[in-house]
Amino acid sequence: MLRMTGITKDFPGVRALNGVDFRLLPGEVHALMGENGAGKSTLIKVLTGVHSADSGEVRLDGAPLTIGSPKQAQAAGISTVYQEVNLCPNLTVAENVFIGREPYRLGRIRWKETRRRAAELLARFQLDIDPAAPLASYSLAVQQLVAIVRAVDISAKVLVLDEPTSSLDRDEVERLFTVMRRLRDDGVAVLFVSHFLDQVFDISDRMTVLRNGRLVGEFETRALSRVELVGHMTGRVLRTLEELHAPREDVREAIASREPVLAARGLGRKGGIAPFDLDVHPGEVVGFAGLLGSGRTEAARLMFGADGADSGTVRVGGSASALRTPGAAIGRGVAFCPEDRKTEGLIEELTVGENIVLALQAARGWLRPLSPARRAELVGKYITALSISPADPDIPARNLSGGNQQKVLLARWLITQPRLLILDEPTRGVDVGAKAEIQKLVVSLAGDGMGVVFISAELEEVLRISHKIEVLRDRAVIAEIANEADVTPERLLEIIANGVAS
Amino acid sequence: MKRSPRETGHIQGRDEAMVASEQEVLAMDAREERSVRGRGRLTAILEARLRREYLPVLVTLALFVVLFGTGSAIYPAFGSGQVIIDLFIDNGFLLVAAIGMTFVLLTGGIDLSVGAVIALSAMLSASLVEHVGLATIPIVLAVGATLGFLMGYVIHHFEIQPFIATLAGMFLARGLCFVISIDQISIKHPLFAEWPHIPIQLPGDMFVKPTVFVALAVLGLAFWTLHYTRFGRGIYAIGGNEQSALLMGLPVARTKIGAYVVSGTCSALAGMLFATYTLSGTGVHAVGMELDAIAAVVIGGTLLTGGSGYVLGTLLGVLLLGSIQTLIRFEGTLSSWWIKIVTGALLFVFIVLQRAISSKRSPDG
Repeated sequence: MLRMTGITKDFPGVRALNGVDFRLLPGEVHALMGENGAGKSTLIKVLTGVHSADSGEVRLDGAPLTIGSPKQAQAAGISTVYQEVNLCPNLTVAENVFIGREPYRLGRIRWKETRRRAAELLARFQLDIDPAAPLASYSLAVQQLVAIVRAVDISAKVLVLDEPTSSLDRDEVERLFTVMRRLRDDGVAVLFVSHFLDQVFDISDRMTVLRNGRLVGEFETRALSRVELVGHMTGRVLRTLEELHAPREDVREAIASREPVLAARGLGRKGGIAPFDLDVHPGEVVGFAGLLGSGRTEAARLMFGADGADSGTVRVGGSASALRTPGAAIGRGVAFCPEDRKTEGLIEELTVGENIVLALQAARGWLRPLSPARRAELVGKYITALSISPADPDIPARNLSGGNQQKVLLARWLITQPRLLILDEPTRGVDVGAKAEIQKLVVSLAGDGMGVVFISAELEEVLRISHKIEVLRDRAVIAEIANEADVTPERLLEIIANGVAS
Repeated sequence: MKRSPRETGHIQGRDEAMVASEQEVLAMDAREERSVRGRGRLTAILEARLRREYLPVLVTLALFVVLFGTGSAIYPAFGSGQVIIDLFIDNGFLLVAAIGMTFVLLTGGIDLSVGAVIALSAMLSASLVEHVGLATIPIVLAVGATLGFLMGYVIHHFEIQPFIATLAGMFLARGLCFVISIDQISIKHPLFAEWPHIPIQLPGDMFVKPTVFVALAVLGLAFWTLHYTRFGRGIYAIGGNEQSALLMGLPVARTKIGAYVVSGTCSALAGMLFATYTLSGTGVHAVGMELDAIAAVVIGGTLLTGGSGYVLGTLLGVLLLGSIQTLIRFEGTLSSWWIKIVTGALLFVFIVLQRAISSKRSPDG
């Protein structure tokens, strides 16, 4: 149905796509796979008219197609739903579905008709949404579904879903998949991009794998194993992941005997997290396991002074200290990488180098600027150490892929040489390869004597690198367990679900 | 510093007036408190039934009613229908300018050229009308629309901040006034000096002027455009999220530039209404009127960040500002700078109110 051949696209300093071929069949769910920076987003943007390709050809139903704008793509039958919902939250659901093509009569929009047709459409997808309500009154998941309804109603030949599930919970994903399967059965070609391997194997019929802007191959999902897929995506065998073993017991004890870098006693905040005790020792990785909203981030923010505590004390490096502001925490060697790297961390307009030195410069004060030579040396060192790619400190941070942006943020804090590093979901939205690199980095940092608090929703990941694990539920720390050989993800889940057994 | 006897007397007189007005304020407070309590229940009901975005407009409406009620209670002459009609007569040009401004603010932009375009239009009208008569109207409107188009084009295609682009437009229009004439031109042509001032009798010994109908027609047209046309909905969509609007395939360029064309045209029309009001054109007319228009639109409940607001709210905003002015004029002893003080205080309150509402509305809140 759709065929792209020899697509090449350059950005300043980066060749994002290099002669990529791609085809989509009607009535299939096709997954586009690749690490961050492999060129998935760029390929999709070329397909949907946001970027124009430097060379290459797109054919739809055999006829050549030039896509100059999203509008042209839509007119040709290619609709897209992006990761960030691209609708207008200030308008009603019905308007969002129909804006730009509202039913008209006598020079005016027929609102009743608009709402009636929207209600029909929503009913067809078995969605219980009030078309007259403002879009902002619904959750992100519902907004996503509304976006799909709009996209499908406009033109239903090719539907592109760019990471639609990254902010949905399990039930919502299931709902989305139901809608996707229905569309596939109606003959729509659905292109699906996701970082969640489970979801890809669950829903897709075929997949295309990209790596470093080049096509690796096209595969039948049934004939491919997970390990093979990851191998194709990363271009190497899963050795990095296997190198990391749960730390041995004697190491744990040695670490626990050191003076804690941070000791919290009865630290808590009303409505945030119930009072908890925590010791983080030098060289120790403390994992925070718990569901989204269980109080993980709240606990981290208390330790960093981003929120004020109602109760309890914090001792950093043996001396009592009131961490009332992040500034005070930074001064005492605590660093915090927040969850949402786009809104709370990275400054996309600045270059990679500028982003990296930001925290260090702030800590030094504006009157003592870093010398250019020293800056270049530091930036270069961390770009190499974290293998940030492309390894060019002068390109804007926005041009980097998600995983590399995360590494830039990490570099920013590492450069200040903190004693305690708090990482909130550092591997969310990051591909398998970068994930492994970040985990490895955390372990090696701890090996150098840094205390690390590692927050993640992925239990396997927490288990792989932590020395001890704090289990959180309902905004309270409910258990602290040493990471021994018999601790499995299943057991952690059980504790999260049922509390500490025995 | 020594004061002349006359000056001291004047100040004493004002002090007395202030004491008197303080008592009124207390009385007003009590009344307001009652009405606030009543309103608390009312808003609870309304909030359940209506969307929260209506709240700022409703607050403006309530304030207007309270202010007007208070005025009528203190000055019996204030509570007449003619005073309301006079609000329209005296503020017709501001209403038209503010309506144009509403379009621009809804897209998330701003138009600082409004006052200067009003002055330029008044000036053009004054110099043209003696030569071309009725044809003055389309010419002036075309000039306003062209200026609006140029600013909108620059803003959209060169991605210039609206603030800067319209600031340039402001200087340009203001400068052009003085190219036409350095001196004040007075207007004697009946198109401005007589026809708009023909009183039209209404029942109950009231009268309106034709200019009021012009303003109301613009209001009606704007309401219809914003709520019943694709162009209007596009304006809201751009204000909600410009990137989304683009990705949804809406004609963003056309719509955004269109908003500035509407504002420029409205300013030109407002300039002509202003000319009928002052019967003269000069380069120093209407200085800072764009700020009055912005104030009226914001008090009328439109978000400066765009995407939320109603042109009927703008009407209420203009009426509220107008009635403050009238009330202070009725008071007689208060200086005119109280108008500015009250307007400033109101603006503060509304900006804070909007902030509170919009932060509650965001889904992650």
